[in-house]
Amino acid sequence: MDTKKTTFNNRLLPYLLLAPQLFITLVFFIWPAAQAVKSSFEREDPFGLSTVFVGLLHYERLFDDPNYLDALSRTAVFAVSVTALSMLLGLAFAASVDRLVRSGKVYTTLLVWPYAVAPVVAGVLWWFLFNSSTGLMPFFLEKIGIHWDHDLNGTQAMILIIIAAAWKQVSYNFLFFLAGLQSVPQSLMEAAAIDGSGPVKRFWTISLPLLSPTTFFLFIINVNYTMFDTFPIVDATTVGGPAQATTTLVYKVYQDGYLGLNLGSSSAQSVLLMLIVMVLTFVQFRYVERRVQY
Amino acid sequence: MASISIDKVSKIYTGGVKAVNSVSIDIADGEFIVLVGPSGCGKSTLLRMVAGLETISEGEVSIGERIVNRMEPAERDIAMVFQNYALYPHMTVYQNLAYGLKNRGTPKAEIDARVAEAARMLEITQYLERKPRALSGGQRQRVAMGRAIVRKPAAFLFDEPLSNLDAKLRVSMRGEIKRLQRRLGTTSIYVTHDQLEAMTLADRLVVLNGGEIEQIGSPLEVYHTPASTFVASFIGSPAMNLVRAEVQGSKLAIGSGQLDLSTTAPSGIVTVGLRAEDLRLALAGETGLPFRLDYIEELGSQRLAHGFVGDQALTAAFPAETFLAENLCLVIDPARLHFFDATSGKRLALEGSRSPARSVASA
Repeated sequence: MDTKKTTFNNRLLPYLLLAPQLFITLVFFIWPAAQAVKSSFEREDPFGLSTVFVGLLHYERLFDDPNYLDALSRTAVFAVSVTALSMLLGLAFAASVDRLVRSGKVYTTLLVWPYAVAPVVAGVLWWFLFNSSTGLMPFFLEKIGIHWDHDLNGTQAMILIIIAAAWKQVSYNFLFFLAGLQSVPQSLMEAAAIDGSGPVKRFWTISLPLLSPTTFFLFIINVNYTMFDTFPIVDATTVGGPAQATTTLVYKVYQDGYLGLNLGSSSAQSVLLMLIVMVLTFVQFRYVERRVQY
Repeated sequence: MASISIDKVSKIYTGGVKAVNSVSIDIADGEFIVLVGPSGCGKSTLLRMVAGLETISEGEVSIGERIVNRMEPAERDIAMVFQNYALYPHMTVYQNLAYGLKNRGTPKAEIDARVAEAARMLEITQYLERKPRALSGGQRQRVAMGRAIVRKPAAFLFDEPLSNLDAKLRVSMRGEIKRLQRRLGTTSIYVTHDQLEAMTLADRLVVLNGGEIEQIGSPLEVYHTPASTFVASFIGSPAMNLVRAEVQGSKLAIGSGQLDLSTTAPSGIVTVGLRAEDLRLALAGETGLPFRLDYIEELGSQRLAHGFVGDQALTAAFPAETFLAENLCLVIDPARLHFFDATSGKRLALEGSRSPARSVASA
């Protein structure tokens, strides 16, 4: 790849130009992260007057805590479901809109709207739709013999937050997939059509392989999204319940740290969450990179 | 292998723009037809209608004996080479060549055999396992050709396949396409805006302008008897000189100069075409056109003299060693003059000038 080489006459100038960005990164990312790592090794007294270094105690306890291990597996289910659902829907919508010539713009605009909705509002919206006493969906579900009450049924509560979280992310995936599909050269599609490949086959053998960089990118973004950014949705719909059934890792960090004021354990949890995402991203890049290249 | 018949085909876009206007061409089995014209003349649109990539607004296209208007591109038994090659970037060269055969359910052994044969013919055997991005422009072009020939289609369609190559490669690929087409004997339609490519490749040329056919004919017919001023100025390099002139009995007046005609013609204003290479210097005592030299272009084998006869620009080609003075006197064999109607630009069949072998006015 070509890189532009810029020469600065003033040796200070490049550092000055970098300074604002470095400052922001330092204050808003590195510092809090370092603080979290630090306090994950410490125990604080109830009044916040003294801290004691306790080593890996918090981490050891976490891995002995069935509640934490449950939250871990729940988060896995949540992340996989949300990512799969939102990406499949996003791709399906993108593939449909890509075939439209004139009405495509309208659909694109409409499909992007959910992304502009604040996560809490999205949560509340789905909470209303699925509210067991006033909601629309339980009314219809009752007719086909399903009793819906996510305040009592843990599985249903999980389904609800999966739907709410995926719904918000579909727009994002849709936009990227659509851009990806539209950047596939028209002549490739024409060549494939002449080569005797129908629309469906063209999609599977030409479009989809060419979309793999987009798919890979979205996969990482979506997993990170469900790990970190779904807090407001959980908070607004199920508050982690019933009986912890929707307490994901990020929600548990909040519960233990902010509500339970167990700062040490909460910090240890956020460090672990951070590590999980880092490892996941690293593995994805290392493993998938080779397959994505073409 | 098949003949192709294009019968009164038009392309009308929504909004009423006519990109192609009632074009008819009969293409014999094994013939190499080149559609040539400036950009926007409808040549690509016409080709894409034959391919099935554009719908046909009016008229009929048949390949072999079948009318293909309503057929999918895949059913038309054609192969196309695109300007940007349109190779599948995620597939190896082998997979690129095999894709069309695989889609048609060709047995694996036969795919192998056909790909190997095509690769050998195009000398790309050593690249079969590579991805297109690891190939040079010329190699990609060969792969694109390979993808067309493995299918053994009834017709090849070429959409400006050489315009992305550098000048030298273009010349060698041009020769290769011609050789390959001869060898396979497959009916071909080739679109280009390059008149040199058109002249060298075509069995028959179709010159298009504004969605209509100006002339159909062999390259030499088109060159020697252009049907209109448009064709005259488009085919041949340097472009044919077109000047305003007046026929006065057996004389032709251009500016202040005069030329003798071999026969008499009805008097009046005409547009006269003079090929640069048909002009020569007048011998002592000969009357001709007074030519004021402006500047000279050296081509090595020739000198192109640009200048004026009266107030009209004219270009003349001379052998390399010719001495050229500031003011010259030019003469031309009257039989080599081309006469065109001053207003319509259509060729006039005057005595002493050849009439077009086959000029096609739009139907």
